[in-house]
Amino acid sequence: MKRSAAAVLTAALLSVPLVLPGYKTSLATEMLIFAALAMSIDILAGYAGRTSLGHGAIFGVAAYVVLYHVTVAGGDPWVAALLGIAAATVAATIFALLAVRASGVYFLLITLALGMIVWGICQRWTSVTGGENGLRGAVRPAAVAGPTAFYYFVLAATALMAFGMWRFVHSPFGLTLRGIRASESRMRSLGYDVSLHLFVGFVVSGFFAGAAGVLYAFFNSFASPATVALAQSVEGLLMVIVGGVGTLVGGLVGSVAIISLQNFVSYHTERWSLVLGLMFIVTMIFAPEGLVGRARILLARRAARIREP
Amino acid sequence: MLAFNALNGMTFAALLFVVASGFTLVFGLMRIVNLAHGALYLTGGYIGLTVATRTGSFLVGAAAAAAAIAVVGFLTDACLLRFVKGHDLRQVLLALGVALVLNDLALIVWGGDTFTVPVPAALQGPLQIGALAYPKYRLFVLAVAVLLFIGLWLILHRTRLGALIRAGVDDLEMVDAMGVDIKRVFIYTFMFGSALAGLGGTLGGAFLSLYPSADVEILVFSLAVVIIGGRGSLVGAAAGSLLVGMLATFGQVWFPELAYFVIFGPMAILLAFRPLGLFGRTA
Amino acid sequence: MRRRTFLKTAGTGLLALSSPARRAIAASEPIRIGLLSPLTGVIAAGGRELVDGFNLYWDQVGRKAGGREIEVVVEDDASNPNTALQKARRLVEQRNVHMLVGDILANTGLAVAEYVKGNGVPYFIPVIAADDLTQRKRIPNVVRIAGYSASQSTRPLADYALKNGVRKVITVSQDYTFGHEQCGGFCQVFSEGGGAVLQQFWHPLNTPDFSPYLPQIQSLKPDAVFAMETGADGSRFIQQWANFGLKDKIRLFTSMNATDQSIIRTLGPEAEGVISAGHFCEGRDDAANKKFVADYEKAFGKLPSIYAFSHYSGAMWLAQAFDAVGGKVEDRPRFLEAVRKIKLSASPLGREVSLDKYGNPVYDIYIRKVARRADGKLWNVPVEVYQGVSQFWKYDPEQYMKQPPYSREFQGIKKA
Repeated sequence: MKRSAAAVLTAALLSVPLVLPGYKTSLATEMLIFAALAMSIDILAGYAGRTSLGHGAIFGVAAYVVLYHVTVAGGDPWVAALLGIAAATVAATIFALLAVRASGVYFLLITLALGMIVWGICQRWTSVTGGENGLRGAVRPAAVAGPTAFYYFVLAATALMAFGMWRFVHSPFGLTLRGIRASESRMRSLGYDVSLHLFVGFVVSGFFAGAAGVLYAFFNSFASPATVALAQSVEGLLMVIVGGVGTLVGGLVGSVAIISLQNFVSYHTERWSLVLGLMFIVTMIFAPEGLVGRARILLARRAARIREP
Repeated sequence: MLAFNALNGMTFAALLFVVASGFTLVFGLMRIVNLAHGALYLTGGYIGLTVATRTGSFLVGAAAAAAAIAVVGFLTDACLLRFVKGHDLRQVLLALGVALVLNDLALIVWGGDTFTVPVPAALQGPLQIGALAYPKYRLFVLAVAVLLFIGLWLILHRTRLGALIRAGVDDLEMVDAMGVDIKRVFIYTFMFGSALAGLGGTLGGAFLSLYPSADVEILVFSLAVVIIGGRGSLVGAAAGSLLVGMLATFGQVWFPELAYFVIFGPMAILLAFRPLGLFGRTA
Repeated sequence: MRRRTFLKTAGTGLLALSSPARRAIAASEPIRIGLLSPLTGVIAAGGRELVDGFNLYWDQVGRKAGGREIEVVVEDDASNPNTALQKARRLVEQRNVHMLVGDILANTGLAVAEYVKGNGVPYFIPVIAADDLTQRKRIPNVVRIAGYSASQSTRPLADYALKNGVRKVITVSQDYTFGHEQCGGFCQVFSEGGGAVLQQFWHPLNTPDFSPYLPQIQSLKPDAVFAMETGADGSRFIQQWANFGLKDKIRLFTSMNATDQSIIRTLGPEAEGVISAGHFCEGRDDAANKKFVADYEKAFGKLPSIYAFSHYSGAMWLAQAFDAVGGKVEDRPRFLEAVRKIKLSASPLGREVSLDKYGNPVYDIYIRKVARRADGKLWNVPVEVYQGVSQFWKYDPEQYMKQPPYSREFQGIKKA
């Protein structure tokens, strides 16, 4: 079942530029980029049990570095990509150092505060970040400039990242993170260095968020304080939640769902904020495990019913 | 000039205290980080504005705002939060959803213009204190905050409800085990906290004005106050407000580049090394 | 929702057009204009008026120009450049608009300008005032119809201040490009005329509390203060200025944005007497201006702000351009050329307005004062007029552009 689902998904993703050309292809590209961000948030939220409201800032830092390197320093886009990922990883390391001993709501708050500091820097350090105006310019590498080529590039990159993240959470290290999510005290008594594991988990998650940020910079050719703002982290988190925390693929599902809904809603009205808020409320009350989570529960129930006649 | 700016810091801190005291009560007792607190402030401000303009009385406006937002708080708790009781993160995110909804509704009803809550003539203009001319209204806000602190302290330390709240902040399970109807205490606390946000909105709306992003700004300050001052502590809220108010004022003048860092820096550091804040106590 | 009715009307129009008898003219599909505006977010009030002003004009002329129907597709940029970019893309790639118009905040405008640089879609900016878009960083398909550059109207204001005995000035401004440019324009003329800029205060957007600056300002004893504020900051500044008792002690000059209708209509006596300079002056006794103000007030129950005014005039400008090319907006080079050559007369601006060689309109700038109308509403009335002010003031354009763009570091202040 899983294999055929995966095959269908792959075929669907590969055929997007043919079936949905033009604007819809760039919409799909955006969905993939944010799926990567959502998945990176899920590494911490779903597997380590730490919900972060600062990943938007880490994502945005990578975008800013890419924009800066190409438009201000006149560098090469591919080098900029590496620098962007490196910068995001450094940011994640700093965040992790300060946040790792907190948990639950406090973890949320500290990542929120750190994200706001990044936002404040981007907004005020005008000479480097362009302040309110942000940084803009053509940064997409020439080789993947066209919309179709870029889509396939992003698809390949996101698939690679998803694979990397999947391997990470299913590795022994990932299992330890899940153990930490289940019961920190137990892991500690078993001799695991919880703080170190969380630290590494955070940095890895930040690495992937940064990679997503690089793709976003290529996609948008623009970075501004809005890119690192709290709203970015909130939307990424919502995608994880709607898709399903702890499922990894939920990140893709959530991204597709939110971006499609946003596109649809803003066609008819400017009340997207209202709809987004309602989504948060409804999801938290009725489906906190998200779409994928809910699907899994339903499938498990069906399987259980089949087993006992 | 130092005295002038100190007064500026204190009067701003006064407003922060009115708003953050409600926030810290809810956070302290119910463990809910009410991210909708800012939206409650703004909506309360708008309601206070409309009522004050229609009735011509600032006091009626403020009272109406507090009452209306207490009702909103009640509805939020009774209809929404009850479904996610016990799940800290879900509560936080649900509150975030409520904030987005309230903010957009306010935009629909009042539009995006910047409004100022009308203030009675007696409080308009400056008061001459020696060589210093200081706005009467800001001194009024300071007075309100001081009275509120005294009032809240009396409630917390001289009434049964207050004792229950303090006990609940310290050890929720014990209070519950003692057979107290903790649900009612929760509802009252949430309503009261919300009412304070609404009152804050009317007070703040008169000298800081009301506009679509005011809710996020005050929320961010409230978070800083409560984190720095300590969850569930009245003295913490007062100390935190004073600190944040002063940092914001003096930081604005001396370090305009570091505007947010001056507030979020201490907040982040405290969260990392002393998450309980200055006056918070372990649960 | 207004937009849905337009879409419906445009839709029925299209259907009617496709009937057999009219198939010959079926090539005449409507001219689709993508209107970007901040309908939510920090500048939501202005965004609403932008759309209202634009649509008011089209309603008045029956939604037709150049022999074609006009279809306005509105998208909310949420006062956010990322969203603006997203919506611009959608308008161009999905809704197939022939041109983009609008935006208020400079950062949204710059983001969209960068986008259209890449694909040549015409983008018209009646409000985006970033100096360089018509100076050092001109983009051929970005045209400032019915718009203004940030430093354009503050220069005559500085001249007026000097003529009226102001020798020492302090500036308080929002710390972003628009603020830097307005202050730069003011300070350069002021200092070149012998005045002294005692100090400049820069504060972030959405500063709730101006009280920290006020004691410093008082102690420096300037003759006047120039406050460059927009939006809620403007409202708060004017109020706090009065509340701290400074209104009668130090003269206050502001940007035209701070005394715009969107701000003063919710203010009281604290705003009376504040001086600003701008090309739009709603209290001006001029036929076309009065008619526009009356029409707008009748339709929307309030006096028009600069956002409504700029886009009303912008719509008028476009209509004339459509007529000039016989509706063939698809021929972009010809269309853009026609736009650039327009001489707009009988607009609320009064005088005939046209673009200078660099794409910025030349205006009469009015020194305006906030006063009370007979019915009690506040509005701006002209006190003096500077005729034919371009974005370069009295400087030679090429020489001027050799100096760096205005920023926090460079304010054009002449060393005494």
